[in-house]
Amino acid sequence: MTVLDLVVVLFAISVAAGVLGSLVGLGGGVVIVPVLTLLFHVDIRLAIGASIVSVIATSSGAAAAYVRERLTNLRAGMFLEVATTTGALTGAYLTTVLPARYLFVLFALVLGYSAFAMFRRRHAAALLAVSGDRIANFFDLHGSYYDDALGHDVGYKVTGTKAGLSLMYVAGMVSALLGIGSGALKVPAMDLAMHMPMKVSTATSNFMIGVTAAASAGVYFARGQIDPLLAAPVAIGVLAGALGGSRLLARIAARTLRLVFVIVLVVISVEMLQRGLS
Amino acid sequence: MGDDRPTHGDDRPTLTGDRAVDVRRGLGDDGAAGAAGAPGPGTRHPADERVVHQMERAISLLLRGGVLVSTGLMLAGLILIFVHHPGYSRLSGGVSYRAVTSPSVPAPHTFSELGNALASDQGRGLVVVGLVVLILTPVLRVVVGMLGFARLRDLPMALVTLGVLCVLVASFFVGSR
Repeated sequence: MTVLDLVVVLFAISVAAGVLGSLVGLGGGVVIVPVLTLLFHVDIRLAIGASIVSVIATSSGAAAAYVRERLTNLRAGMFLEVATTTGALTGAYLTTVLPARYLFVLFALVLGYSAFAMFRRRHAAALLAVSGDRIANFFDLHGSYYDDALGHDVGYKVTGTKAGLSLMYVAGMVSALLGIGSGALKVPAMDLAMHMPMKVSTATSNFMIGVTAAASAGVYFARGQIDPLLAAPVAIGVLAGALGGSRLLARIAARTLRLVFVIVLVVISVEMLQRGLS
Repeated sequence: MGDDRPTHGDDRPTLTGDRAVDVRRGLGDDGAAGAAGAPGPGTRHPADERVVHQMERAISLLLRGGVLVSTGLMLAGLILIFVHHPGYSRLSGGVSYRAVTSPSVPAPHTFSELGNALASDQGRGLVVVGLVVLILTPVLRVVVGMLGFARLRDLPMALVTLGVLCVLVASFFVGSR
């Protein structure tokens, strides 16, 4: 397979990853890394470098639309980013110390539990009218958004800020270690722990993963682990996919989105478990 | 459907008694007149709403701009690479991608290497510049957010985003060790 073939095929696969990623708030990294390592037998360090870039691409591409549509909770997102970036720094340090295998298993377990919890909650999701969370009230993390499927504005209050921060810290750490955006951890954290609406959770996750990835991208870049021939077609493809996918989000019902997300979580969880145990 | 119930106009809970309500500004809220159940319109100031809109618009434009510029650079660079390496695209006798994407062929990642790559005009340097722009886009987004919160005189959020910026900058230096 020539270099051109690689670039073209990589581009096509990345478009698909971008569409899926922009819908469920993931960066596509969880698709890109296995594709590169298993299908193309690329060294895993280069695969992770390309993956980190694709996460930033998805994030920026999709978030541009979601922010304009006022779906993203900017305050909550930027507030939680303190935890994700600090976690990413910790993770970047830990790569020298921790064997990746434990991470895969840990990640798989967390995702598995999230899938289970979200599946159970798929019919619930009454939004809060009042929040007793002091931090959320102090920083005014609450918001509202216009739900296309329902046809009107929906206000919501945020809670569980401490749990959210802890989860975001772990998500940041995993992001730096595995080269992903950890949207798979962020969305359940916002949806389950902080009681944010599902669409807002995925949109805000998309917004946040770019910054999380940027925190580790610097490290990978300096180590020369971002190969232009891999990272560029992946980034462009994912962007194209994310631009298309972000238009779809407005028309999907929250329940459908949650179901799709649960399926994605299960698939990723199984794959991570496999990598950790093999 | 009917999973998401609109909230009814509750007054904002008064837990944070030591902070005057009008010191905090709302962002990410749609304070528009038609918003069913958006929290307490009395705490939203029209001038602030404008700044909020501006900030959202600036962030959206910045993200889109960064993406477009980096994509343009990367595409141009990729095209240049294939133009300069006809062997990369021949169906038979073409160079297998494995030869060029192994970790023993390091990509330019310091400024001097980048300068050389750009000068030799092989396209690879251009792609790397595009990648750098892409990586910097979220960083710039944080800066815009911080400036927006500063303009809204929202000290807590401005400090929080400043903290994020510091961590990001620190990560770039940790990496170059």
